[in-house]
Amino acid sequence: MRSQARFAFTLLCFGYAFLYVPIVLVMAYSFNASRLVTVWAGFSLHWWRALFHNDAMLSAAWLSLRIALVSATCSTVLGLAAGYALARAPAFLGRTLFGSLVIAPMVMPEVVMGISMLLLFVGAERFLGGPDRGFLTIVIAHTTFSLSFVAIVVQARLADFDRSLEEAAMDLGATPWATFRTVTLPLIAPALGSGWLLAFTLSLDDLIMTQFVAGADTQTLPMRVYSSVRLGVDPQVNVLATLVVIVAATALVVSGRLTRRR
Amino acid sequence: MAPPPAPVADASRCTRPPPDMRTAIALPFAWLIVFFLLPFALVMTIALGTNAPDAAPPVALGLSLDNFKLLFTDDLYVAAWLNSLRIAATSTMVTLLLGYPMAYAIARAAPERRPLLLTLVVLPFWTSFLIRVYAWMGLLAENGILNQFLRWTGLVPHPGTILGTEWAVHIGIVYAYLPFMVLPLYAALEKLDWGLLEAAADLGARPTVAFLTVTLPLSLPGIVAGCLLVFIPAVGEFVIPDLLGGTGTLMIGKVLWDEFFTNGDWPLASAVAICLLVLLVGPIALFQRQQARSLERRP
Repeated sequence: MRSQARFAFTLLCFGYAFLYVPIVLVMAYSFNASRLVTVWAGFSLHWWRALFHNDAMLSAAWLSLRIALVSATCSTVLGLAAGYALARAPAFLGRTLFGSLVIAPMVMPEVVMGISMLLLFVGAERFLGGPDRGFLTIVIAHTTFSLSFVAIVVQARLADFDRSLEEAAMDLGATPWATFRTVTLPLIAPALGSGWLLAFTLSLDDLIMTQFVAGADTQTLPMRVYSSVRLGVDPQVNVLATLVVIVAATALVVSGRLTRRR
Repeated sequence: MAPPPAPVADASRCTRPPPDMRTAIALPFAWLIVFFLLPFALVMTIALGTNAPDAAPPVALGLSLDNFKLLFTDDLYVAAWLNSLRIAATSTMVTLLLGYPMAYAIARAAPERRPLLLTLVVLPFWTSFLIRVYAWMGLLAENGILNQFLRWTGLVPHPGTILGTEWAVHIGIVYAYLPFMVLPLYAALEKLDWGLLEAAADLGARPTVAFLTVTLPLSLPGIVAGCLLVFIPAVGEFVIPDLLGGTGTLMIGKVLWDEFFTNGDWPLASAVAICLLVLLVGPIALFQRQQARSLERRP
């Protein structure tokens, strides 16, 4: 038993090295003086300055942030409803279909969802006269796949906690809506928070579906990064990567502290 | 907006959900039908049409199976299908072989250390997928960091280039999807009653036997969930073969992308999407069944 545990622990360390060495190298090379990402030519903040003067990159980032804010909020509302229905609704007609539809976007290959949503928007443009492809269509696409993740988080949280709290509130005369608002919602608030963050991150990072539904004049941050990375390594992307890792790590540490305090 | 007045709480256990619940069902249900289910019908319709480069959108509707025939007879497409399945399967296996010991070690660590160990697995997932794939471009390039290192150690004086090969695609998939494997495995192993292993040892089972007959079967739900979470998206993966695989690696997600964006052949791209969907419908259904069951099994 001991040797098994030691073996597993060794592989755990190897796994962490595998996960982090590439990230650390990317971050280190953001301070490289050379344009060649693979040759170290001394410490420099050149690429950091360059990124902060790169207007195309900055406006793409601003657009991505706005899209992520809106779509994370929409998918949290829809995902809360879906997760609540899955965990609490009595058997109803179409329950199986509903359950499948909620889970499927999580694993559906993105290229398939991308092309199908684009065709929907093209059809809508043709027969309903809109919406124009851009901000709105991207928000709809992101909401559709991230609401699943929120729903799963909410459903898991609801399945975990004691249902008698809700029943007690109802026995004391609270309407189902009042019960939901005063008992259920506060209890699942942490799950909702992490669901929102998850949806936000997924939206901020999505390339494939966005590329399909974005239309000609819209460019989000991942689209921008992808088009520059296609041509080879780009030190400004290293800077961006460093920023992303710092923000993600800070957010994780802060949210970890908050949940532990509770 | 105020909801309609709700009936008394214990009215009856009817199958017709109460009004509030009906809204909770109807809203996401309608959304998913319009934006997720309906579009597949459109994809099928377009897949039966033909390419019309001069029209906008470039499609002539019809009822032709030519696109599907092409996918099953043209060697290029057949090779892309088989490649995708093979690459996804082998990378899933490698991810499992690396992820299982990791999840096992975390589950057996002291309880107060587990959150940190888990966070370290999850953190890369919270950064950017695209950037994590990009990280390997600089590592695996001809004059990349890995080759420089190999030359410096003198172990491999003339290393070949990994970037642009199937090796790079495998590395990319294992790297990008490792957290998806570790999390469900950890969830299964964490619930495991380690007393069972002690009992097996007391009864004379050697550690390997105890592992194969107790731990492995009990963690099977985690293995299945983890493998599906890696395999399904890996089959349709685009970014990894595009950035790491170069022109030599054919995968079906990339074929779909190129047909659509480079060749502008919407009907053929739609046919590829339909085939991909049919191919994955089994694994996806399996994943859903398991997801539903694991949620219902909770206390």
